[in-house]
Amino acid sequence: MKSKSNLEKVFESGKFAVTGEIGPPASADPEVVRKKAKILKGYVDAANVTDGQTAVVRLSSWASCLIAKEVGIDPIVQMTCRDRNRIALQMDILGIAALGLNNMLCLTGDHQAFGNHPKAKGVYDLDSIQLINVVKTMRDEKKFQCGDSMAVEPRLFIGAAENPFADPLEYRTPRLAKKIDAGVDFIQTQIIYNVDKFAKWMEAVRDAGLDKKVKILAGVAPIKSIGAGRYMQTKVPGMDVPERCIDQLKAVPKDQVAKEGIKQCIEIINRIKEIKGVAGIHLMAIEWEEVVPEIVEKAGLLPRPQFS
Amino acid sequence: MLITKQKPLEQILGYIGNEKSIFIVGCKGCAEGCHTGGEKEVAEMKLKLEQAGKKVSGTALIDFMCNDGQVRLMLQPHETEILASDSLLVLCCGVGVQATSSVVDKMVHPGCNTVSLGGRHAEWREAERCMECGDCVLDYTGGICPVARCSKFLMNGPCGGSVNGKCEISKDIPCAWQLIIDRLTKLGRLDKMQTIVAPKDWSVSLTAGAASKR
Repeated sequence: MKSKSNLEKVFESGKFAVTGEIGPPASADPEVVRKKAKILKGYVDAANVTDGQTAVVRLSSWASCLIAKEVGIDPIVQMTCRDRNRIALQMDILGIAALGLNNMLCLTGDHQAFGNHPKAKGVYDLDSIQLINVVKTMRDEKKFQCGDSMAVEPRLFIGAAENPFADPLEYRTPRLAKKIDAGVDFIQTQIIYNVDKFAKWMEAVRDAGLDKKVKILAGVAPIKSIGAGRYMQTKVPGMDVPERCIDQLKAVPKDQVAKEGIKQCIEIINRIKEIKGVAGIHLMAIEWEEVVPEIVEKAGLLPRPQFS
Repeated sequence: MLITKQKPLEQILGYIGNEKSIFIVGCKGCAEGCHTGGEKEVAEMKLKLEQAGKKVSGTALIDFMCNDGQVRLMLQPHETEILASDSLLVLCCGVGVQATSSVVDKMVHPGCNTVSLGGRHAEWREAERCMECGDCVLDYTGGICPVARCSKFLMNGPCGGSVNGKCEISKDIPCAWQLIIDRLTKLGRLDKMQTIVAPKDWSVSLTAGAASKR
């Protein structure tokens, strides 16, 4: 085992994995994280905590992860290159490992222009692929990026994101191969609504033999309202929400839309489960964490495996 | 070519504050080419300051303010007017403002923002072409610069926000990595992208500030 990660154990056991997501508050209130973590406990194998998602200042990922861990979640620290140079990144890598956190997701990060501090200086000293390689080298070779050695290595299970729907489409699979070469252990994809397009991407992934080299978690999320669906369809970069998904929600009475969104999410999960090479799902019910237990249960993903 | 844009008048008047007498300097190099600090713009600025109740003690136009010797030489005939002024307003790039500061012991206000190198030494202005990073990667990227043209300076791009050939931050900005991949595809050299580009040496770039090893 590369780490003490519960998620790694689930993959090792060959079980279909489930990860969740916790959005930390834009305040110093630990209760928000505790509450969300308690909802997810027992229903996910690990949970991401976002790192200034959409470049909005929020409670830091590592600190929120520590709170979630106290509740009994195996947290996945998200780490973006937007706000940290290689010195800060490596210090945080040592820090999260020293705190007993086991997973880290390497991201370039949403551009600062999106957030509530658009005048901030973007760092981008490294990109996500270089960051993956830095963590891997620290963990497996006990070496910093500069080549200096360390006494105790950070035993982290290394993740990264991939967007099967971003352009240029023909380059998405080679880029995944590059992330694998850099040393990634697991991949979480962008939220999938266009299952056909995702299935095609997975076919290219299997043809290149990449599903054997990395664990792929398919991103899913229930749509809470027609407005939320439209927002994702038109405003979120790299999202592919087919019109038929919105139509499905429009077809029910207004007070039934959220319920239909949950049903739709379960349908998508069931279709994804049939796609060869998918190792699990990453369920992102952002600001709607309370529906996670129902979705996981109805998708037939309970009980979650327990390890002593 | 250093591309400049004139600052808003309110900002310039804010710099000037309570100062009463201003000497305006323009540049017949890039600033004239950008219509931000040539003869016409200096005359217009004189009028605007006078309308705002300021006294313009004099004006001077310098051939290439990036040459500090030239700035010294061409400001010398205006010594009396400059000494009688509270400050100078320079309609030029940041280099010209600093060249003026280096030869005049008066407050020097920038009248323009330097927004781009615009291809530098050339007339190719629509986008930044070179950020003087000191560690050129253009071979790997098929002659299109990810430092100057990717919003995240990615060396192993594209990120997940590239859609329809555009950058995630604006539909008006082409995704540099789409351009790079298109070009390498056209040249049959996508193999260049298989290599993981190692973390860049920023110590030779301008981001290292005064400590830059260039």
